[in-house]
Amino acid sequence: MQPWYFRKPEMEKLITAYTYIEEGKVFADMRLIFYQEKIATFAEFIKALYKQEQITYPKFYKMDSLSKLGFICAELLLRHENPGRFKSGSLAVVLANSSSSLDTDLLHQNSIRNRSAYFPSPSVFVYTLANIVIGEICIRHGLKGENAFLISEKFNPSTLKDYVSEILDNHRAEACICGWIEILGNNFKAMMTLVENESTANLLNDFRPMPFTEASLNEIIKVN
Amino acid sequence: MDELINKLKKEVITQLNLEDISEDDINPDSPLFGEGLGLDSIDALELIVLLEKNYGIKIEDPKDGKKIFHSIRTMAEYITEHQKKA
Amino acid sequence: MKAVYVISENIISSLGFTATGNADAFLSGKTGIRIHHDDKLSSNPLAISLVDTGEMELKFELIMKLYKKEQSPSFFTRLEKLLILSVSDAIQNLQLRPGNKKVILVISTTKGNIDLLEDRFKAKFDHKRIYLWALASVVKDFFGFANTPIIISNACISGVMALIASSRLLRSGKYETAVVAGGDIATEFVISGFQSFQALSTEPCKPFDINRKGLSLGEGCGTIVLSTNPGDGNTERILVMGGSVSNDANHISGPSRTGEELSMAMNAAIGESGILNRDIDYINAHGTATLFNDEMEAKAVSLSKMDKVPLNSFKGYWGHTLGASGLMESAAIIQSMKLNRLFSSAGFEVPGFPGRINVISETIFKPVNTALKTASGFGGCNAALVFQKT
Repeated sequence: MQPWYFRKPEMEKLITAYTYIEEGKVFADMRLIFYQEKIATFAEFIKALYKQEQITYPKFYKMDSLSKLGFICAELLLRHENPGRFKSGSLAVVLANSSSSLDTDLLHQNSIRNRSAYFPSPSVFVYTLANIVIGEICIRHGLKGENAFLISEKFNPSTLKDYVSEILDNHRAEACICGWIEILGNNFKAMMTLVENESTANLLNDFRPMPFTEASLNEIIKVN
Repeated sequence: MDELINKLKKEVITQLNLEDISEDDINPDSPLFGEGLGLDSIDALELIVLLEKNYGIKIEDPKDGKKIFHSIRTMAEYITEHQKKA
Repeated sequence: MKAVYVISENIISSLGFTATGNADAFLSGKTGIRIHHDDKLSSNPLAISLVDTGEMELKFELIMKLYKKEQSPSFFTRLEKLLILSVSDAIQNLQLRPGNKKVILVISTTKGNIDLLEDRFKAKFDHKRIYLWALASVVKDFFGFANTPIIISNACISGVMALIASSRLLRSGKYETAVVAGGDIATEFVISGFQSFQALSTEPCKPFDINRKGLSLGEGCGTIVLSTNPGDGNTERILVMGGSVSNDANHISGPSRTGEELSMAMNAAIGESGILNRDIDYINAHGTATLFNDEMEAKAVSLSKMDKVPLNSFKGYWGHTLGASGLMESAAIIQSMKLNRLFSSAGFEVPGFPGRINVISETIFKPVNTALKTASGFGGCNAALVFQKT
């Protein structure tokens, strides 16, 4: 990270890719890649998506719902990137949601409700922290740089934009995964964007980049 | 013993969320950790929970885990031995 | 870099309700970790550090009167009471007006009001208080903060991250003052989880010691007020300098075996501060007393060539206070810097780590001008932050 006197003023930033997932619908690569009229459960939906996209990652099945959702979002977001492109440490991850890890918290609480059948499970407990989804993404893609998990009642593009912009303006990373990953029971909504400085952005052929603004983030999360 | 081994295979698959693996894929004498199933430190702790939950056997020293959980067969042998004592 | 000053701080723990009170307890060599028998937390006795409930309730009633609140104290959850007490102590002597748009409240917690999931609390509190933003809202409304609080929930590095995030926001000019408050309470939820990891020691924890057998949990709160205006608060000018966050990208619960990612964060924080590794006078490590964490940190310190720098962990005094730890421990670092005292690393007797890092075994007088705080957490995250006297 450069000393303050070398830092350039705020640079133009672009969203160069995004994914969006909600009940029954998945957008990636600028199109609807998955559609289910009626989804029964999140578990079935995400497994169907995992299989359709031919992802192979055995640890996937050990993850909780929040991590599965975030993991697949990141998988779809990054799959056209050259794996060597982001030298370890140069791709940051900043995610947020409203319910933290409540979906899994409820599972853990259930396992300790009854003292006579008291079997807390380490593989459930470890997921009772929202930032574990970041851990899973970092392990999968070898990301060792800046990362953060924020909480807000509703999707808050302002805080995300400030936090991510600061990271890129001060050269803490060359690019940043910025997203909202929210799930509670069978209600879920997730979006993930890849944000880069315009000067070093890698623009994929068919993707028209969007400026990294609150308006763009709001537009993506409202995709129908 | 064979019945217990088959039962254990099913239980391990469930407890450890080994979704894409069937009982036929698990060789009772293959090491559970290292290669093969690629289990990790959390899985080792989960196996301790499995023994307590399904068989009422409490492992006092987690370091014994290495020997006990070497393979499905060593797990089955441990269970048979400790259930007799109880 | 634009100066960000520490203008005030508070600590609430088993050892007291103020930062100076806790520092005095450290000087007397007290630990707040006791063996407790509390069936609401666990069927087994626990070595744990708990805030005195009676004293908390008394102090809270006084604060309610001071702020002319009409509600019954029973409206507030345990964690909300602790956070409110902590923030009120930190801001009481400041000119700060929470309603000013240039003031931001930043909250750090791992599990918030997770005790509300228990059956005994279901009828007493609105279920939405489980949400971290609802908890933050209660604190915001108590003091009349104008802006929606920023909430960081990033496992055990949350507190340090909250300070890093706040200092970055202050430097960007978006805000002038940040009230950074962190807290977590002792709950059956968390205790049972760490028990399933076989991670808890039956005796008070011994960070960096060869006989360490795991962590002791603790509850508490820490508040640090940061500002770009030095005028208010502390007479000593202590600055928050560079900070950095990294990820091990190795395992979701076990730390890196090499410590290189924590070392990267430490080097980046020091580099951003415009100083060198040899300028660090003192390191306060995460030091949870698990076998692997302390080993990883020792390796990281060696990789960053700071083996000779006096180093301690505060977890032998307060246990591991999770989302509060980064803030409580940073506030204690500030006390060290004000008093020019290096506190002994409670619980440490015989070295039990690779290499030759310099763990402080007795409290001594020593000028402390530049300090490094480190933290690591589940999810493979690491954070490092530099404090410096001007």
